[in-house]
Amino acid sequence: MSVKASERRAPPDVSLAAGLLGAGVLWWVLYRINGPFWDWIVYRLAGLAPDGRLGETIHFFVFDTTKILLLLSGIIFVVTVLRSFMSLERTRALLGGKREGLANVAAACLGVATPFCSCSAVPAFMGFVAAGVPLGVTLSFLIASPLVNEIALGMLFTLFGWRIALLYVTAGLTIAVVAGFVLGRMHVERWVEPFVFETKVSAAVSSGVKLTWRERTELGREEAATIVRKVLPYLLIGIALGAVIHGWVPTSFFETYAGPGNPFAVPVAVLVGIPLYSNAAGVLPLVEVLHAKGLGMGTLLAFMMAVVALSLPEMILLRRVLKPKLIAAFVGVVGAGIVFVGYLFNAVLG
Amino acid sequence: MTMQIRVLGPGCSRCKTLAENTVEAVRASGVDATVEEVHDPMEIVALGILTTPALVIDGELVLAGHVPTVLQLQEVLAGRP
Repeated sequence: MSVKASERRAPPDVSLAAGLLGAGVLWWVLYRINGPFWDWIVYRLAGLAPDGRLGETIHFFVFDTTKILLLLSGIIFVVTVLRSFMSLERTRALLGGKREGLANVAAACLGVATPFCSCSAVPAFMGFVAAGVPLGVTLSFLIASPLVNEIALGMLFTLFGWRIALLYVTAGLTIAVVAGFVLGRMHVERWVEPFVFETKVSAAVSSGVKLTWRERTELGREEAATIVRKVLPYLLIGIALGAVIHGWVPTSFFETYAGPGNPFAVPVAVLVGIPLYSNAAGVLPLVEVLHAKGLGMGTLLAFMMAVVALSLPEMILLRRVLKPKLIAAFVGVVGAGIVFVGYLFNAVLG
Repeated sequence: MTMQIRVLGPGCSRCKTLAENTVEAVRASGVDATVEEVHDPMEIVALGILTTPALVIDGELVLAGHVPTVLQLQEVLAGRP
């Protein structure tokens, strides 16, 4: 980790490549036999009827838990390895001195690609603004980063197909670009704590840190383990809820009260989603079940985006650098964008 | 010479873990070092660092954005002059 870059010209790592290939094959086999395996355990070994409620609920729980855990760890691994090529420092260098407009688009896209944890939100915000990245552009970055969650993207793709995944990305990026641009036009500088602009920045110092493939793989493995451990409780609650709904709640219940035909479904979903703090991965099993029960895809995406992008803990962190008015504007603009996306998707997808 | 280690992070759980692991690694490897936690975002940004948690040893950034294990940190410490 502290080895100098000059000593880094290592030959291609054959054992690493073989290990990765082996892990990939093992992952694929597990993913493939997941269904047949639980069919056999639940319906044959335990002797539960495949069309009975209890059997169906239990089967859903064990099958979905295995499937989501496999997807989650695989996707986090790949995403972390890819992202290890990007850094906040590089992103800032790319965005520095750019004018608003196109820079908002670039910031939103970089927000998706840059590795970023909510605990870096405050230093990142200050670092960007102090380095001359326009406020609106910085906000585009900060909005896109949680809103277009690449893990959610990977899982939407595998669970619902590329159309919904693509719509999700497009909608998220559009909200981030427009919201950042609008807030930038509103000249919200006066709603930023003044010390942010007084911060002196020195040049980024991280250029010396260069990773080998083995280290990137190690990072991916660690990250997958950490996130899976962190979201496991949410995930199990989500899947358990999903399993119960799957087995016991009649489809007509949700169609009547929260189907695409109900105009209040989307705003209510957003309001319910804001105080819930969970990782996108924890919400997706529930989304999958509710979709099968007839809830509009737009309503569900709005719910998921509200849970992920508008979280209370992040607001509290950002309060250190933003005045309450800007936080309110931030929540208002992003919330309105999410509601709009919800209606749009319900209209487009039916 | 005493090694000066600074753990940078505005106080999130990952930053705390990094600080704990670093203290543990210093103790386990027996190097002569001081460990200081930096929580103030202004100071972190002033150092040119955006990705936290980050570890700075004698003014040089050695890692940012992830939390290594105690053993890995011991390797980092051992690899330094």
